[in-house]
Amino acid sequence: MASTAIPAGTKWWSGGKSPFNASYGKIMMWYFLMSDAFTFGAFLISYGTIRFSVNHWPDPNYVFNAFPFAGHANLPLAFVSLMTFILIFSSVTMVLAVHEGHKMNRKGVEKYMILTILGGLAFLGCQAWEWTHLITGDHAVLVNGQIEKWGTTVTRNPFGPEVLHNGQMVSTPGPIAFGGYFFGITGFHGFHVFSGVVINIIMYIKTRLGHFDQRGHYEMIEKAGLYWHFVDLVWVFVFLCFYLI
Amino acid sequence: MSQHHTISPEISFPPQHAEGTKKIWKTFWILSIITIIELAIGLAIYNIHEGENPNANLVLFFKGMVCILTLAKAYYIVAIFMHLGDEIRNFIMTIVVPLLLFIWFIIAFLWDGDSWKNLRNTDAGSRPNIEKVAPAAKQKGAKD
Repeated sequence: MASTAIPAGTKWWSGGKSPFNASYGKIMMWYFLMSDAFTFGAFLISYGTIRFSVNHWPDPNYVFNAFPFAGHANLPLAFVSLMTFILIFSSVTMVLAVHEGHKMNRKGVEKYMILTILGGLAFLGCQAWEWTHLITGDHAVLVNGQIEKWGTTVTRNPFGPEVLHNGQMVSTPGPIAFGGYFFGITGFHGFHVFSGVVINIIMYIKTRLGHFDQRGHYEMIEKAGLYWHFVDLVWVFVFLCFYLI
Repeated sequence: MSQHHTISPEISFPPQHAEGTKKIWKTFWILSIITIIELAIGLAIYNIHEGENPNANLVLFFKGMVCILTLAKAYYIVAIFMHLGDEIRNFIMTIVVPLLLFIWFIIAFLWDGDSWKNLRNTDAGSRPNIEKVAPAAKQKGAKD
């Protein structure tokens, strides 16, 4: 900002030049991301409203305590922290790809784009496992005086308040909004991750074909990078709202 | 500014990019450490819930802490990884100022949710000509 040494009295709005010293595409990517932030914000705030309005809400440490190949071990937060670190790391490789792009180093961009794509695919794999585990997992629920085995779906939530039944504590059906919000919001985020991976693959192919070398700059990598970092940014808030609090 | 770097003509002043990756890795470590602190707080909340007498105020305090830490993480991702900190100030403002709407948005809707809970738990929300749900049925009900 200050280091670009812009002469005093520059008429930014006189036309012909970008008022913000950034290209149209990049500015519009930022405005798209801002609108997307409002979409996710609205989802998460609506989730918060429903959660504030009911007396009981499932404890995330209890719902999300499984880890692949760990059987029934109680590992609260473990798997989701793995997913968080995967996404943070793929953000770092993305920003390194942008950095190599500034230096016009095609090999460097290719290497870091591949790593970013792999990070995105790893995250999607984790999410697929988590969804499968949540939907197919069976939890004892007391329904109309009978014990049933339920998974968590958009119509069923086995993590309601616990009651005494035949001498032991059994949970009752919880608010169904839990599944709806969880699958809705993490699904919408996962779809963003998926489209980010597709965009990154296209950028990788275009890099390989030398399109950006011909163009003289790697700005497309920067724009794809903005989208990818936004996906990471949203996950930071999803992680907060669904798993931490 | 390197000479082989051509940029789009609408850009008046070629941006200066950092030579090294030191700042990127520093940000990575900051984000990782904040995440680890958040996880530690998350586990602390879990242990408080597991304990004998859960202290509601302490849980609320910890939840407030993770919210603040999350905002710090968001700042680092946006300012450093997305390079918003390197843009012109007026541009930063066109992004950040509209996001201030979230302050109203969060307060208004969480307040609304809390108000619904109060109506649910008291007679204030019941209308006289609607049959009241028996407490026992309500506890089991799938609606709650």
